Amino acid sequence: MSNRLDSAATPLLTVDAVGKEFFGNRVLEEVNFSLYAGEILGLVGENGAGKSTLMNILFGMPVISQTGGYDGRILIEGEEVRFSSPFDAIDAGIGMVHQEFSLLPGFTATENILLNRESTKYNPLVEVFGDRIKTLDRRDMRRRADEAISILGFSIDPEALGAEMPVGHKQFTEIAREIDRKSTKLLVLDEPTAVLAESEAEILIKSLRGLAERGISMIFISHRLQEVIDLCDEIIILRDGRVVKETKPAETSIFQVASLMVGRNVEAVSTERRLMEETETILDVQNLWVDMPGETVRDVTFSVRKGEIFGVGGLAGQGKLGIANGIMGLFPAGGNVTVKGEPLRLNDPALSLSRDMAFVAEDRRGVGLLLDEPIDWNIAFTAMQVQDKFVRKILGGLIKWRDDAAMREVALDYINRLEIRCTGHRQRAVELSGGNQQKVCLAKAFVVGPEILFVSEPTRGIDIGAKRLVLDTIRQVNEDTGATVIVTSSELEELRSVCDRIAIVDSGRISGVRDASRPAEEFGVLMLGESPSLVPAAATIGGETF
Amino acid sequence: MTPPVKNDSAVHKFTGTENVKHFLISNSVPIIFIALSAIAIPISGFSAGYLIQEMLTRLARNSFLVLSLLIPIMAGMGLNFGMVLGAMAGQIGLIFVTDWAVVGIPGMVLAALISMPIAAFLGFICGSVLNKAKGREMVTSYILGFFINGIYQFVVLYTMGIRGLHIPITNPQLVLSRGFGIRNAINLTGIRRALDNALPLTHNFGHFTISIPLGTYVTIAAFCFFIVWFRRTKLGQDMRAIGQDMAVAGSAGIAVERTRVIAIVISTVLAAFGQIIFLQNIGTMNTYNSHEQTGMFSIAALLIGGATVSRASITNVFVGVTLFHMMFVVSPTAGKELIGQAQLGEYFRVFVSYGIIAVALVLHAWKRLQERERARRGLRGE
Repeated sequence: MSNRLDSAATPLLTVDAVGKEFFGNRVLEEVNFSLYAGEILGLVGENGAGKSTLMNILFGMPVISQTGGYDGRILIEGEEVRFSSPFDAIDAGIGMVHQEFSLLPGFTATENILLNRESTKYNPLVEVFGDRIKTLDRRDMRRRADEAISILGFSIDPEALGAEMPVGHKQFTEIAREIDRKSTKLLVLDEPTAVLAESEAEILIKSLRGLAERGISMIFISHRLQEVIDLCDEIIILRDGRVVKETKPAETSIFQVASLMVGRNVEAVSTERRLMEETETILDVQNLWVDMPGETVRDVTFSVRKGEIFGVGGLAGQGKLGIANGIMGLFPAGGNVTVKGEPLRLNDPALSLSRDMAFVAEDRRGVGLLLDEPIDWNIAFTAMQVQDKFVRKILGGLIKWRDDAAMREVALDYINRLEIRCTGHRQRAVELSGGNQQKVCLAKAFVVGPEILFVSEPTRGIDIGAKRLVLDTIRQVNEDTGATVIVTSSELEELRSVCDRIAIVDSGRISGVRDASRPAEEFGVLMLGESPSLVPAAATIGGETF
Repeated sequence: MTPPVKNDSAVHKFTGTENVKHFLISNSVPIIFIALSAIAIPISGFSAGYLIQEMLTRLARNSFLVLSLLIPIMAGMGLNFGMVLGAMAGQIGLIFVTDWAVVGIPGMVLAALISMPIAAFLGFICGSVLNKAKGREMVTSYILGFFINGIYQFVVLYTMGIRGLHIPITNPQLVLSRGFGIRNAINLTGIRRALDNALPLTHNFGHFTISIPLGTYVTIAAFCFFIVWFRRTKLGQDMRAIGQDMAVAGSAGIAVERTRVIAIVISTVLAAFGQIIFLQNIGTMNTYNSHEQTGMFSIAALLIGGATVSRASITNVFVGVTLFHMMFVVSPTAGKELIGQAQLGEYFRVFVSYGIIAVALVLHAWKRLQERERARRGLRGE
């Protein structure tokens, strides 16, 4: 399949020392590889490893040029290109199959495949109104759609509406769209199998191989490592914006790839672990589903012990953020949640708060803070609303006054304890830096005095120094007050440094719960949705099974 | 990697009762109005012949205006309240042909030709503004209607006349006695029923005689064919694509904003023609009022026909015009027979036309919620 041995051939695509900086933050550095006609390149890496940025550069997305362009060169068939829009990339023969489906729900498969490339027929009105008034040639459109579908080797009903297609058919329709574009030389597939059933994924892999034999090159991005190893000719592993390894499937294994992806210096993590005694269960979740856009939870069951710090990890979009949002009533949810032995009625945020639970949301600026209000109001707000704290009752509670003195006192206390950098307790929240805003959010949750505290993405978008402090604060509250903390984070190392146990969420379900002291690779494999049996050592080290 | 919530619903099979319920929910508005008519018609005591004649006249009078709303809905821009811009353009055309005393079909054609560039220009302004207000097209075009109405009044009231500033209108029957400004009531004798009677057709059924405005119906039929044909053009296909998802259409290389402007321009020009057809049937024109209710009544009629802000068909137009005007004709008399007060019926008529727009918008939101709920059932695995 590979033309690599033919040294005379020019590579279809050459990526030469490509790098990218976002506002002084380097996300991609010195990436080099080349891809020949008919070759399939597997690109793997954690979220934030730089895959998307690399593809955005390749595809000429405006976000790249708006943030100062990129370093290095990209060559197509030996010629340097610098795309200013995705349409330039399409003209150069690059096709992209997106992670999110971009099918029109009311269009048939045929119409979707030929979107904006419809076959048309002349009519006299064209002379007056121009080409767009040409009528569609339905018969020819159908012929072209059938042709593209037959190349794929998967039967889709060409007349099925986008909205009514099964997931797999949608994915094939998307790919058929790129095949119909005769100029497509390079196909970028971003997680094409993520939503497919296993049998469908197999067919997809087979038809991709067929396409490669027709001379179409591919960049295949996937978290399903088995597929990458089965399909690709070359595998590139990205970590923190660098290529950590370029290898061939025959020379590697899933375990090696997984550990290269997540593998940081494991010793650097604080290894000081507390011995959790078997305490009672404080939160029990059975068959929870949450309809949170982009973070759908499908069927999640777990329980958390009293006094524990419980981590929830997983890749973006798999549903980990949905769990806390669902239990706190912020998104439509269902299932059985038991708090301190009593069932919790879902979909009612006030009720969830009144059951001694508090939530530090991942959306700090949207949900977490009243941006235009001062620090003391922000800190006191939830407690005031839910628990009637900071309220002076007059005439036996007929009139309620805000107790400014008490608010000031508690705000100053937390500003001091959490080292919130501000000009005073009356400074508006919007003026604070990200890390200090996060501390205000935490203080707001602490004031409620929760028995169960949900903290989502506590360190997102804040600098390293502040990160450590935020994590230490969470730990300290847990130790001082005995509150149970459930931390949701995309950063595995962060979870491993603060939690007692970690649950990994994949495709809206929990793929495993492990002690935080287990090796990072084990969590990496769980995140990628591979069967745990692929982890060689894990099964024999012993420990809890769930 | 977004979990495909919607897709599961496609796999989920719905039972018979669920489908019946779904049918009733999606057609709730016309069903309510058919029921209301069924109650009101016998109470009003009108003869069948009278009602049929009224409906035939009113269908001819209003259908063209309502049909002009279809194309923006197809392009996902909702109900085009901006059609009053077209109505104003049509009225300006009529003022000129009345002044020049061009009569009959040639007068109507000339009025249409004069109104076309004005409507196209206003449509372009409207479309450009709506591109700045994506997702809030309806309220924006509604308010834009008020704004352009101000300009229309300025033009007609101050710049037209014998001693007018720029635009000469010399017929003293049109101009206010002060020498400039158009009178409020204009008699359109020259073109009254010109199109309706172009192809005269009357039929005697023994008890009653029915006259059918065939010329207008032929025009409306031609318009319907145009819409059906237009849907099959590349431009129509692009509008359907944009109507479903602007981002997807844009990423496929369709010029989204330009296409949306074209949709509004077409709608506005057709509304101008529609207003000319409407007024030739009425025979008189209220310079300062005729256009004001055009948008409201056309939209109410379309919604009563079962259309939503995102989906409307030619059938919706005819069903809607018939049901809406049925209520218009029978409810005052039914009110009088029932309570002894015609005013109550009149009140009901106004209540209905404004209320139905509110109800239809609420129902639309409620239906979307129901559909999301339906989709969510797949998620729960029920």
